[in-house]
Amino acid sequence: MLARDWRSGELTVLAAALVLAVGSMGTVAFFADRVKTALTSQAGLLLGADAMISSDRPLPDSFAKAARARGLESMPALRFSSMVQKAGGDAAPVLANVKAVSDGYPLRGAILLADGAHPDGVRATRSPARGEAWPDERLAQRLGVSPGDRLTVGEATLVVGPVIRQEPEVMTGIMSSGPRLLINHDDLAATNLLQPGNRATWRLMVAEPTGRKTLADFVQAVAAELKAGQRIESVRDVQPEIRQTLDRAEQFLGLSALVAVILAAVAVALTSSRYLRRHLDTAAMLRCLGASEARTLALFATQFAVLGLVASAAGVVLALGGQALLGSVLASLAQADLPPPSAAPGLAAFATGVLLLFGFALPPLLALANVPPLRVLRRDLPRPRPSAILAYALGAAVIGVLIAWQAQDVRTGAIVVAGVAGLILVAAFAAWLLIVVLKRLPQRGVTWRFGLANLRRRPLASSLQVGALALGLMALLLLTVVRGELMRNWRASLPPDAPNHFVINVLPDQVDGVRAAMRSIGDPEVDLYPMVRGRLVKVNGAPLDTRQFEDPRSRRLAEREFNLSTSDSLPSTNRVTAGAFWRPDAKPDAGLSMEDGIAGNLRLKLGDEVTFDIAGTPVSARITSLRKVDWDSFRPNFFTLFPPGALDGMPTSWIGAVRLPEGAKAGAWVSALLQQYPNVLAIDVGDTIRQIQSIMDQVSRAVEFVFLFTLLGGLLVLQAAIAATQDERRFDAAILRTIGASSRQLSAAQVAEFLVLGALAGVLAAGGATAIGWALADRVFTIPYSPSAWVWGYGVIGGTVVVALAGWIGTRNTARQPPLAVIRQLG
Amino acid sequence: MTPTDAPLVRAERLTRTVQSGDSPLKILDDVSFAIEPGASVAIVGASGSGKTTLLGLLAGLDRPSEGEVWIDGQALSGLDEDARASMRQRLLGFVFQSFQLLPALTALENVMLPLELAGDGAAASKARTWLERVGLGRRTTHYPRQLSGGEQQRVAIARAFAGDPKLLMADEPTGNLDGATGAEVADLMFRLNHEHGTTLVLVTHDSALASRCSRRLSLSSGRLVGDERLS
Repeated sequence: MLARDWRSGELTVLAAALVLAVGSMGTVAFFADRVKTALTSQAGLLLGADAMISSDRPLPDSFAKAARARGLESMPALRFSSMVQKAGGDAAPVLANVKAVSDGYPLRGAILLADGAHPDGVRATRSPARGEAWPDERLAQRLGVSPGDRLTVGEATLVVGPVIRQEPEVMTGIMSSGPRLLINHDDLAATNLLQPGNRATWRLMVAEPTGRKTLADFVQAVAAELKAGQRIESVRDVQPEIRQTLDRAEQFLGLSALVAVILAAVAVALTSSRYLRRHLDTAAMLRCLGASEARTLALFATQFAVLGLVASAAGVVLALGGQALLGSVLASLAQADLPPPSAAPGLAAFATGVLLLFGFALPPLLALANVPPLRVLRRDLPRPRPSAILAYALGAAVIGVLIAWQAQDVRTGAIVVAGVAGLILVAAFAAWLLIVVLKRLPQRGVTWRFGLANLRRRPLASSLQVGALALGLMALLLLTVVRGELMRNWRASLPPDAPNHFVINVLPDQVDGVRAAMRSIGDPEVDLYPMVRGRLVKVNGAPLDTRQFEDPRSRRLAEREFNLSTSDSLPSTNRVTAGAFWRPDAKPDAGLSMEDGIAGNLRLKLGDEVTFDIAGTPVSARITSLRKVDWDSFRPNFFTLFPPGALDGMPTSWIGAVRLPEGAKAGAWVSALLQQYPNVLAIDVGDTIRQIQSIMDQVSRAVEFVFLFTLLGGLLVLQAAIAATQDERRFDAAILRTIGASSRQLSAAQVAEFLVLGALAGVLAAGGATAIGWALADRVFTIPYSPSAWVWGYGVIGGTVVVALAGWIGTRNTARQPPLAVIRQLG
Repeated sequence: MTPTDAPLVRAERLTRTVQSGDSPLKILDDVSFAIEPGASVAIVGASGSGKTTLLGLLAGLDRPSEGEVWIDGQALSGLDEDARASMRQRLLGFVFQSFQLLPALTALENVMLPLELAGDGAAASKARTWLERVGLGRRTTHYPRQLSGGEQQRVAIARAFAGDPKLLMADEPTGNLDGATGAEVADLMFRLNHEHGTTLVLVTHDSALASRCSRRLSLSSGRLVGDERLS
């Protein structure tokens, strides 16, 4: 019977809906998965590896073995500070960060070498050989060395190799930046620098080869074995800025996939209820011929199962093709190679297709099996209706499962679900209101009467149709206008004038001079902030036991020194999430303000009394507010803020950030500053900003591509919503033709109906998209959101035009068929 | 009510062929006749003899494979879909076996349709009068699903007459109704037909209904096998 139905074209619509649904969702999932992996490894470039174990003592072999056992690549590295000097002269020695690495370094990313011909540098094809030392540009400049010269590191004399423009690891903390020197691991012994008392960091860098999925397991296993002084970092731990960027990238892609899921569900629901209506007679005939209800159900269910499996498989194939196309289009844009697709998204999309069909087709199927056999004789018998409770409960459950699965993030999922549910309720109410108004309006002319009569014919069906159209339109708006605004706002949160240099270690008596120097070249408003280092020692009077934190990141945060600062007002890039920030005239004992993320990690609450040990002096205060900090701002931000005067008398240095123009002018400014204030450090974070901007660009592009497929889903819903009432329209049109309506009159009536439908759906969609956009911006992305009037323009005008056009295209054939054939077929 | 020279309906060598499997099947084969104004004609025959097909061709709802139909002197083959619709709107009224009211419209709105399509400004009051004439003056705001079968057919009859047609075509108008209701509906239809001097073409296999007509055309396997004038 499946084959028979297929030949008759009955199933093509449902199958097409399913294939496109699985296809578009699968493409999103495949691609999001690949882009996510690519973004993570892109960020890995900043670390030089996917994960890194560090210790202040030599690392045991067990970690390297554990990595090998999981098929991961690993290599040791060592980092320490040392004076470096040009050999054979009396030039001043320079303190440098020396990193000893093995062949094959780095595991991720590349060393870029300075080359006069290429301002961005050229990729190194090897790492330092034995006897070689590669200085970075700053060190080479300060030492006055060029390739071929010799320099001494400890007791070793090494030949200067190529000069480094950039190397991975720019992200491991701006405070540790300084001139760098890269040497071969085998030369370590010759330097004789690793004496007891010399501070060094031993590292094991680990990378996950393509196709392996063992890194997470490795990180978890290692984290459980870490001893005091050892830690493991993966890309996400490196810097809050990168973590935030990656999290948002995932949220954007997840959102696209989520919208695709909802659209797919709506399309399948619409098409399967149409299938039900068209198959009532078949079912009645089967019952009439003696098939039991169970038998009838089994027959249709088998048909649907085969259809679901075949269509879902076809959808997965389409998705593979789609994402390959996407990948090849994006490959030319993306810096990082996209890893090949993994099987998981394919299986997920396949399961989604089957689940969707099951969730939305089962209630109509049960109703179909229930059809009274008498319908064979009496076609005017009322249609069996699917049990509403079953249909809604099952549909809601399927949508819920899919969203929980896709969203990965409960909050985004909840917001989208609430938006969708709200929209459907509002659509139902608006449709009901419209019908009330329509009944009262004087109705002139057959066009409007007939067009609008279709809307008020069945309030429930009309409101469902408005809801489905609004949902489709809302998805389109959400992904075009709102997405564009979110992306713009996100990018605006990292303004092109973001500071690219940090100036740190400024002594109190240098503050005025350094501030003046900064203002002379950068923003005249730029300022310096006091910074006091302190260790968290007590919470509510009890000594802090860092062993209570099982999460290594929390333990590390608790163990390290905090940067404390004072401020009379809430910094512009901060937002209070609990409690209240003090007033500008607050006394020094007005408490303190904590960043809410770290407060959560350290299990600190509003009202807790915390004690910091600042150079031996305990300083206690109550937490009077929690703040969310926008790390994207690249301005000095502090986990802990005190009111003015609270830290007076403590050893204070000052820190600031300034935007320097690119090029030689910046170098001259830095040189002049350092000449005047030798203790001050100026740190270039331009590379970091560029890396983050490049990640943002890629995410933005990826979302745009993924969006095209979700757009297809939206159009499919529109088409399905129109097709759902196609048969009724054809029948009505045939009757109208019979009693003498011209094709112009028919078209006008249908366009009138679709105009009203489209305008109403457009208003609802614009409202829904604005609300969801605001909620996402405020609650999830925590970026400012200013909704534009365009959403309403596009929504209402676009919705009206698109729906009217789609309606006209979908129904224009109804006027062409001979009326008799239609009446006989459908009557 | 005397027949005039010019026939209102003329069919000449009407043939309708459909593709059945690999071979063409003639469901109507070389049928010719003429109907004078004011006549009432029953088309009778067994199921599948081509009655409804013939009616569809006469009304321009379908196109013949061969032959020609003239309505009021106008050849239908020369008219496109829209021109035929316009011709129906001016000249024809319809009553179907399964009523075929538009479910979205009330009884009154269904009757108003042909008047509105013709641009009649007094559509509502005329439609109301028609509903009163078929005994449904109190059910004007009901939707078809709220009416019984007999009531729906009466609305359909009101709709058919509302446009003041010259020609009424009825396809098994009592086929979906029980005996008593069917008889009432038939009485109503013949009474209105008589009052308005409409020409009636009626497809039926109910011999009692056929015997109320002035002429009977019999079809068998698509061929015209009988043409009797009844007294």
